[in-house]
Amino acid sequence: MKKFITDSFSSFGLARVIILGFFVFLCVMAVVLRLNISELLTSSLVRIGMWGVLVLAMLPAIVSGIGPNFGVSLGIVCGLVGGLTALEMAFRISHVTEFSGGVLFFIAILISLPFALLTGVSYGWLLNRVKGSEMMIATYVGFSIVSIMKIAWLFLPYASPEMAWPIGRGVRVQISLANRGVTRVLNNFLSFNIGDIVVPTGLFIFFALCCLLMWIFLRSRTGVAMYAAGDNPRFSEAAGINVNRSRIIGTTISTVLGAIGILVYAQSYGFLQLYEGPMFMPFVAVAAILIGGASVRKATITHVIIGTALFLGIQVVAIPVANAFTSDWSSMGEISRKIIQNGVILYALTQAGGD
Amino acid sequence: MSEKNLLEMKGIGKTYFGTQVLKDINLGVKPGEIHGIVGENGAGKSTLMNILFGMSVIHSTGGYDGEILIDGQNVEIFSPLEAMELGIGMVHQEFMLLPSYTITENIKLNREELKPNVFSRLFGQNIKSLDFSSMNAQARRALDKLSISIEEYVTVAGLPVGYMQFTEIAREIDKSNLKLIVFDEPTAVLAESEASSLLEAMKSIAQQGIAILFITHRLDEVVEICHNITVLRDGQHVATKGRKATDVYELAELMVGRKVEKMTRQKKQVKKKESLLQIENLIVHMPGEEVKGVDLEVFQGEILGIGGLAGQGKVGIANGVMGLYPSKGKVLIGGELLKLNNPRVSMSKKLAYVSEDRRGVGLLMDSSLEMNIVINAIQNQNRFILKFGPFSLLNSRSIREHALKMIKELDIRCTGPAQVVKHLSGGNQQKVCIARALTMNPGILFVSEPTRGIDVGAKRLVLETLVQLNEEMGMTIIMTSSELGELRSITDRIAIVTGGKIAGILKPDDSDVDFGLLMSGQKSRKGA
Repeated sequence: MKKFITDSFSSFGLARVIILGFFVFLCVMAVVLRLNISELLTSSLVRIGMWGVLVLAMLPAIVSGIGPNFGVSLGIVCGLVGGLTALEMAFRISHVTEFSGGVLFFIAILISLPFALLTGVSYGWLLNRVKGSEMMIATYVGFSIVSIMKIAWLFLPYASPEMAWPIGRGVRVQISLANRGVTRVLNNFLSFNIGDIVVPTGLFIFFALCCLLMWIFLRSRTGVAMYAAGDNPRFSEAAGINVNRSRIIGTTISTVLGAIGILVYAQSYGFLQLYEGPMFMPFVAVAAILIGGASVRKATITHVIIGTALFLGIQVVAIPVANAFTSDWSSMGEISRKIIQNGVILYALTQAGGD
Repeated sequence: MSEKNLLEMKGIGKTYFGTQVLKDINLGVKPGEIHGIVGENGAGKSTLMNILFGMSVIHSTGGYDGEILIDGQNVEIFSPLEAMELGIGMVHQEFMLLPSYTITENIKLNREELKPNVFSRLFGQNIKSLDFSSMNAQARRALDKLSISIEEYVTVAGLPVGYMQFTEIAREIDKSNLKLIVFDEPTAVLAESEASSLLEAMKSIAQQGIAILFITHRLDEVVEICHNITVLRDGQHVATKGRKATDVYELAELMVGRKVEKMTRQKKQVKKKESLLQIENLIVHMPGEEVKGVDLEVFQGEILGIGGLAGQGKVGIANGVMGLYPSKGKVLIGGELLKLNNPRVSMSKKLAYVSEDRRGVGLLMDSSLEMNIVINAIQNQNRFILKFGPFSLLNSRSIREHALKMIKELDIRCTGPAQVVKHLSGGNQQKVCIARALTMNPGILFVSEPTRGIDVGAKRLVLETLVQLNEEMGMTIIMTSSELGELRSITDRIAIVTGGKIAGILKPDDSDVDFGLLMSGQKSRKGA
């Protein structure tokens, strides 16, 4: 019996046990403190749905062997460009103006795709030249692109009044999607209530669809090649698999999912966040998949789902629980999130060597 | 030399995890004696030296049997440091030098001469200055003993390997208490002229009263300079001979000789020999196994063995033909030129390969048995998948059927096709590798080191499988192996590779002497 417990303990992983324990502790506290549970659950569901695709973006990167994609900001930026361009079209082209929010959302995705594909391929090309230190390079690529785009946002010729600064040039820090009816289009699609809890059905359908497509892709010839290339490059060379090509495919899919992911996130949040916005988003996604049980070398869709639920669940519950103690601790929730996020990344990196 | 032995090893034995790798080795070395130790790979030479140096690998696996005496004193050596304190030095096969340091600095590293300065008087020993002039003088003296003219103040980086080797030796003989020095395959990396000056240096070291243990597989060198020669084979002490009492031929026979267990094979009707694969001047850059111009012809339906000692390049041939390491030269399959350096092309020409590196190259350790079996066919032949325009999906049913068939045919012991291969035993993992190669429906099968790291019973099964494939399906097999006995038991012809080239091709029932001579780089008596 004791052996059984220790065995299942070690297969689950100490880190996840601690985090699960912390989550349970937070939930118990939430009940004890008589917080509004249904409100907490509703916002947990929304959070999980809005981050899901971004966390899923980590999967092809890890599977293809480049490790957690700290540079998913590249994809995020492509998604933002797609979003801005769609809004600009709605402002300038009269046909588009009449489109509903949902259509606009998919137009934004369509526009971001070519950018994401192009960026993803060249980013994959870059990562093939720095084998062995992908994660560090990716982190700096991520930081750099955010900084470069800070300048770009000031010069890109977007003129729609809802995004341009009233004086001077460039686009604003936060751009509301409410005017064009994009806010929560997915969340509200087929949404229903269980008691006081609102289920954002559309959001989950979209996430599930992405997961399903990924699942199918991993069972295709290309997907199998990508998995093998990530798992054992020397084996793959011998099996006639083009390892570099597989890594580029993995990176590109990750970047594309990053672009789609930020648009899903933005429609739920109600704003496109530019400038500093995408800076630390990759870290949240990386931490989430790692909490889900992935390592920097191995990941599955289950890891994505468990990790998103656990990590974003903690985020939602921690803040009100911390606030309930004293208003002076209002930043406790944010601090505990940071500690978990960076702690988990650190833990996963120290485990990178062994199984 | 009537003095008593400087080093005596009595009844040394060693068991690794229940496998006896050394048994009852007796060895005595007198001061000033050069004592050769010869044997094939795996004969137990390195294990014996590891025991002498008290390497942790020995003690962490349960120590050894027998006793070691130095100057008649029974000693137990638990670490290389203790060995050094007892006056045993080692010249390594791979150089342990700091390239950016000078020769002097390398020789005196960690044994520096110190002189006091102002600060050391105030703050103590650790900040004394280095006394370079005395260090240089001592390094010079060590180099002179080897009659090496190189300046002691040049940096090691960029020196020819021969000089690096001498720097290593100088470091050992500079140690004032040195009594015994071990040379582990010192001539393996040297050119011929360098090797002969090394042998001269060894002689002059011995004349100064230092005993030398010389481990090598070059028999001519052994006969040239050793006073006594000990032959090991399969962990057993075969013989110790005086130089005058033996010659290269006898040593070769002693080194290789073993009862060859012939597998029951039907005598094949010798059909008309049809050339299937021709290799001309193949050069393969495989680190540690460089192939330097191999010419080889393989006939339809035969089992060709490729043998030779480790590091001589035998493993590189298959890797080169399969496109896994950069290679040059001409390879013709059925008269058709093969484009090299591309595994896909090699596979499309009906070549299949079972790698010598099962864990590194041979298997996807965390994947299922069935995926390991079919992945090459999926990637190269578009089999086991369903096609939907540009999209594809694994055909799990046909994969499962094929895996079950292979499991049955090759008798792979597993819980089922979905079992993860890292949980299989070595022999069964090897069968999975063979199954993957067979799934490609190859015309020629390359198999490298098929029995490495698997237990005796499984070895036999793997070899029987190969024979069966050859006899029943007429498959041409090229088997590379370090185990000569194994090659002699199943192959039709055996090519021995030495120094990256084919030294000669022998029949399995040729004499031990011929095999021994070819493997140690000598021309066969027949002239091969």
